[in-house]
Amino acid sequence: MSATAQFATASTVEEALAALAAGARPVAGGTDLVVGARQGKAPLPDALVAIHRVSELHAIDGDADALHLGALVTHAEIAAHPDVRARFTALADASAIVGSHATRAQGTIGGNLMNASPAMEAGGPLICLGATVTLRSTGGTRDMTVEELLTGPGATVASNDELLIAVDLPHPAPGTGSAYVRLEYRRQMEIAVVGATAVVTLADGEVSQARVGITALAPTIRRVPAAEEVLTSAPDEASVEAAARAAAAASVPISDLRASERYRRAMAEVIARRAIEIALVRARGGDVPIPASAVGQ
Amino acid sequence: MKIPATLTVNGVPYPVELEPGTSLLAAVRDVVGLTGAKEGCDDSECGACMMLLDGRPVNSCSYLALQAEGSEVTTVEGLADGDQLSPLQTAFLEHGGVQCGFCTPGMLISATALLADCPAPSADEVGIALSGNLCRCTGYAGIVKAVLAVSRGTAD
Repeated sequence: MSATAQFATASTVEEALAALAAGARPVAGGTDLVVGARQGKAPLPDALVAIHRVSELHAIDGDADALHLGALVTHAEIAAHPDVRARFTALADASAIVGSHATRAQGTIGGNLMNASPAMEAGGPLICLGATVTLRSTGGTRDMTVEELLTGPGATVASNDELLIAVDLPHPAPGTGSAYVRLEYRRQMEIAVVGATAVVTLADGEVSQARVGITALAPTIRRVPAAEEVLTSAPDEASVEAAARAAAAASVPISDLRASERYRRAMAEVIARRAIEIALVRARGGDVPIPASAVGQ
Repeated sequence: MKIPATLTVNGVPYPVELEPGTSLLAAVRDVVGLTGAKEGCDDSECGACMMLLDGRPVNSCSYLALQAEGSEVTTVEGLADGDQLSPLQTAFLEHGGVQCGFCTPGMLISATALLADCPAPSADEVGIALSGNLCRCTGYAGIVKAVLAVSRGTAD
């Protein structure tokens, strides 16, 4: 894997962007890029710029409107952050089950998003929680939703000279509960076989807003509007069942070594129902431990 | 083209020259000469190569060595104080946590990271933390027992 000829370490965003403009590719925790090279998926790029020392991208903070995650915030930091756990619980569910504790200690949210796996754990929660990302190049800055960022397996709208700088999550309305659940064959060192996210906001016992997302069930992680519409009628068992069926109906899964298309489709309903049920419990103030995927095991 | 760098491993600075694609594991084993960390899968699955990077666990087979410049790298050789084994190392010996020994360096590093983060884990939390460390002898019961013994302070 020693094909890389050029290596530089950036200490500022500007240095990183200049290196990208000159053709280098960024590396942070290396948990996708370097592992992928060792697995033979893709050789390491000819020129690398290490961005892990760019201190301004490590911040996790917030203001009255949003929680701000710098691109280099790790899954371990996300999963442990009190505000994420309390208000963006689905994201904590997801970050808490990425890889092993070594993966979570090194793997960053920016790298996770830009790797653009349709099975990434954090993608569903970010999409359903309305997250936006900031891309920057030497030519300028643009913001977009995570949905707009992700265009296919391993593909984003970002051009090669753009760096993901930050992820911003708007504060959910009071009465919001969320959950991310994946079907997993083991609890760690795993990636979603099938995953589902639910974000529900309750007002006077009614669902005033619902977001349902499916993971590892389509070329990109996506929301399921039909499931969301059903849920906003009433938070009863029948609508939960109907929303879960809608999530399964919206699935266009692949067959691979981890699961067949048919099995994924069948499990989509089960996993979506669990995510919705747990989000509803949390929206009512109930305590469901993080990660939600471990519940009932 | 090799790039000069300084890797600080177990508190000792080592001047090295490395190809950009060299893994931290290869640099520490083949250039620095500390062979405690093992290459198992070379794919970030088995944890035999685990080291600490500024106190946090890293699968060193899949981390670029040049990125570790400026950080403190800790390998299994850095856990003992001279001839004095760390409480975890002693507990692994006392509770049958070592069989063939190949996974042991990574297990010890992984458990060290766990206890630094969570000083009194449950058996379930130990199992989850060590999930990224595979023991080909399947000697997990002794390993978990050893970690729990230290967390409860009975191994000293």
